[in-house]
Amino acid sequence: MGTVVSFDVPAFAADAVGRAVRWLHWVDATFSTYRDDSDVSRYGRGAASLAECAPELTEVLDACSAVGAASGGYFTTTPGGRFDPSGYVKGWAIERAAAMLTAAGSAEHSVNGGGDVQCVGDRGPGQLWRIGIADPLRPGTLALVVTGRDFAVATSGVAERGSHIIDPHTGRPATELASVTVVGSGLTLTDAYATAAFAMGSGARDWVESLDGYEAFAITARRTEWQTSGFRAYLPR
Amino acid sequence: MRRVILSIVGTVAGLVALLSFKSHLPSVPSASAATSGSAGTSSSAGSPSSSASASSSAASSSSGTVPGEFPQGSLAGQLATGETAVNGKVATTAYGPVQIQLIMRNRKIVKVAVLRQPQNTIRDIQIGEFAFPKLISETLTAQDAKVDAVSGASYTSAGYIQSLQSAVDNGG
Repeated sequence: MGTVVSFDVPAFAADAVGRAVRWLHWVDATFSTYRDDSDVSRYGRGAASLAECAPELTEVLDACSAVGAASGGYFTTTPGGRFDPSGYVKGWAIERAAAMLTAAGSAEHSVNGGGDVQCVGDRGPGQLWRIGIADPLRPGTLALVVTGRDFAVATSGVAERGSHIIDPHTGRPATELASVTVVGSGLTLTDAYATAAFAMGSGARDWVESLDGYEAFAITARRTEWQTSGFRAYLPR
Repeated sequence: MRRVILSIVGTVAGLVALLSFKSHLPSVPSASAATSGSAGTSSSAGSPSSSASASSSAASSSSGTVPGEFPQGSLAGQLATGETAVNGKVATTAYGPVQIQLIMRNRKIVKVAVLRQPQNTIRDIQIGEFAFPKLISETLTAQDAKVDAVSGASYTSAGYIQSLQSAVDNGG
């Protein structure tokens, strides 16, 4: 299934969007687990060594190990037993796309990749970005809205066809949370941490609390909610 | 002055589209005053900003803004006064054609209808019964809450968004 990526950029930076889109297509071709000829697929089935793949794959694998270590093993590149670093790649690709727009001179833009959002600068003069958090138990409604500048918002949860995040420690789908949203500065780690937090379940609260620069909001499967102590800074005043 | 550019990075579906429109979805300018006549236009292919649309207010009844109601088929024949129907182009997906219709009033999307959706396989039915209603209500919610984006578990449907995008373009 494809992912829709939308860009919100000043008109003068529109040309850079073309470059960012080409980057995203390159990432898709290189990292897709749905394409037999992608580097990730070839590496995963042992048909190619790391040296024969794009150097970015090595970069991603190293980063995945670091997130795995930081999350007590709740983040893994083999979630279903099969090699699949997608949990890291999406946020990484989006954050880098946003950085390409910055390099092109834009100081205010956002990139939204299928519900994981990187915001750069302000939405406009004196305006914060407003990002709605979908309520996973009441489709079509928002649980709340977060606001901010220069920040990233990522939500992991139960998708349209049921649980899809595996707890690597049990090998079974994580079920304690309906969704967890992590807010941080860069989408790469924010998104990876959201994935780990979802697999972690209720333990995610203390874990995110212990991370510097990240806050979380969760809706549990039983409809209770919790948030880390600094999360309120992102709520609209 | 901002531009939003929507891109679909496809894997299985292999959909690639790069469309652009003028402003945030939540602040879509409404279709220019309803000229009369022609009910539901069948805007087929063609560039997003071209194909004609705007069918106009005909009669009566059900106006309400009811997120959670997901009409199938054109509503062009049952618009309340002041409402305009704008059709998206038919988006071709791996699962079949998808077409979306927006009902707009006072520069707002008040309803979204599905004109065409894949109906063949079990997977298509899942898309229709689950993903489309979710996407439709998310479209309405995002607009009501004046948010720039919605963060949530990804259940994007490329065809829906492509067709929605072109309806938005037609409406502007």
